[in-house]
Amino acid sequence: MTIALRTLDDGAWISVNDSRQVSVSDVWTLSRGVFCDCEPAYVLLEGFVDVGVDGSIVTADAVGQCLDCGTRDSIDRLPIGQIVDGEFEPYGPEGVQSLVEPGR
Amino acid sequence: MPTDVEQWKDELYGTDIRAEIEHFAENGWESIPDDEQDAWFERFKWYGLYHQRAGQESYFMMRIGPPGGVLEPGQFRRIVEIADEFSRGPATNPEFGNGWLDVTTRQAIQLHWIRLEDVPEIFEQLEDVGLSTVQACGDSWRNIVGCPVAGKDKHEHVDADALATDLHDTFKENEAHSNLPRKWKVSVTGCDEGCGQGDINDLAFEPAEKEIDGESVTGYNVRVGGGLSRNEPRFARNIDVFATPEQAVEVAGGISALFRDHGDRENRYNARIKFLVDEWGPEKLRETLQEEYIDFELETAGEDLRDSYSYNAGEADGKHDHVGVHEQVDGNYYVGLNVLVGRIGVDDGYALADAAEEHGSGEVRLTQRQNIILTDVAEENVDDLRAEPVLEDYSPDPHPFQRGSIACTGTEFCSLSIVETKNRQVRYGRWLTENVTLPEGVENFHIHLSGCTASCAQPQIADVSLRGMKTRKNGEPVEALDIGLGGGLGEEPQFASWVTERVPADEVPGAIANLLENFAEARDSDEQSFREFVADRDDEELADLIEPEETNYEDPFMHNTKRTWYPYAEEDGLDESPAPARADGTPIPSDD
Repeated sequence: MTIALRTLDDGAWISVNDSRQVSVSDVWTLSRGVFCDCEPAYVLLEGFVDVGVDGSIVTADAVGQCLDCGTRDSIDRLPIGQIVDGEFEPYGPEGVQSLVEPGR
Repeated sequence: MPTDVEQWKDELYGTDIRAEIEHFAENGWESIPDDEQDAWFERFKWYGLYHQRAGQESYFMMRIGPPGGVLEPGQFRRIVEIADEFSRGPATNPEFGNGWLDVTTRQAIQLHWIRLEDVPEIFEQLEDVGLSTVQACGDSWRNIVGCPVAGKDKHEHVDADALATDLHDTFKENEAHSNLPRKWKVSVTGCDEGCGQGDINDLAFEPAEKEIDGESVTGYNVRVGGGLSRNEPRFARNIDVFATPEQAVEVAGGISALFRDHGDRENRYNARIKFLVDEWGPEKLRETLQEEYIDFELETAGEDLRDSYSYNAGEADGKHDHVGVHEQVDGNYYVGLNVLVGRIGVDDGYALADAAEEHGSGEVRLTQRQNIILTDVAEENVDDLRAEPVLEDYSPDPHPFQRGSIACTGTEFCSLSIVETKNRQVRYGRWLTENVTLPEGVENFHIHLSGCTASCAQPQIADVSLRGMKTRKNGEPVEALDIGLGGGLGEEPQFASWVTERVPADEVPGAIANLLENFAEARDSDEQSFREFVADRDDEELADLIEPEETNYEDPFMHNTKRTWYPYAEEDGLDESPAPARADGTPIPSDD
């Protein structure tokens, strides 16, 4: 089954099958080292740049800023949810996330 | 690889969208196939319809763009009538009620809570008075901005209203220019004060004089590639071209076609012409324009009037806005009224339309500072106009903190915004007015609040720039603002420098109060302007002057307002949303 994934409205959100699933302006909790040295890093996502899949995991490229140390950078392959039986199940931004390694 | 948006535009775009909107309107919101929603909502933008954010599905923002912000007699009233009848939401805003219109920083008007089913009738009512939503959003010529008192202004050098109207008439619904790589923002300035804000537009026409064949000719210099969005602000760059008023439309068409053909259609984040100017430089742009797009020999730039630009230039005696009573060239007066954060309730809208018709010509103009101007008021009517009760709230002589306030749409409706803006800015203005005394000689002070880096409130050209952010306070994420200082236009425009980041939103009024107190103490003299004071100091020194702190200001929007269906609803959770809804407002049940 084909899943339609895209960023829309200037990177304001990730659309999955024409439904707005993940929005910018949430604070995501990332484990140390994946974005900056804060443990954990609380990163505000300011804009999505791209979206992709890795197996059943949906990942996003985004621009964000750490709320504690102020690092502003791009984030590649942030897992934002998974496809289960053809349906998208979003991960909450509160759970500690690592990035999906390239070539996984 | 072309983006999805480019593919959708290839399939159907421009005026062909109208019939599809009417088809969907007739058959109801539910008739839009689920797997085509992204494509249709992208296309609808071309007709000025923008799907509201998550939690507000099936409701649209509608934008109406009169060129140069000029609403002819009858047009403002018609928009108020449409807002009254069609722009009513399922919940009430505590500051503004239910039913209003928003004046934007591009001299347009936005209505919210519009239902698709009502759109054909709204289009008909707009067209009946000569208004339109065409290309108000989407990848094409947006509303053309310019001097809001063009044609009536004593400072006018060349008639910007005539060119803005020509450009509007030529490039709206023009197939060759209807599908550009990205939005296309054009400004026409005709006065010697620089109030068209050309520096922050993709294409700017600015007044100039040029000696041609021994004769001094009045016309425009051309600048390209300005814009504020995405942490990549640019001032428009001089491409060394002078155009007579007769040539200006052809030059504009050439540059628009150049952008159409050479702009980046593979990466929307790199698509604005400011990035092409970065890559090419103004010389190559001029060369390509001459060789590929213009049939006559382009003149080099003429002598501009930039050294007299006083608009938003930060000087005590400069022009800061169009608020107040000012004489026109014909001896009548224009009366600029302050509209707090650009929002006008429908009852006030009717009263303002009545006042415009009774005391002036009925014409209402919109400014890039989200204010309105009633024009053509005979001298003997000025006092009667000033005595109208509606002018108590929409004042020609407002307090500087209210006069200087601009705010974008924010999380109330916008997908991109990080924080609540309009109600917060109203509360900031109120608190500052009640609690802070402006330093000696400071009669104008611009505070612009933008919910995100898209910069719709033009934060980088304010005295105090506020930009939506988050921070953690007492262990919890809260809405916050970055604070920038020292931005403005004028002969030498300057973007604000972001000197303090992630200030909790409830500490921002205290920060501004402390900043002004420190400014009053540390300035060289009472003559030194705030902008000069900022320019004399580095960021570290300025950051020390800000001192954020809690005060008795209370902020009801510290939580994640984007996680609500409407930030002011009693039951505001996304699960409580009445959207999507049918035309009569009844919620459409989810398939799950």
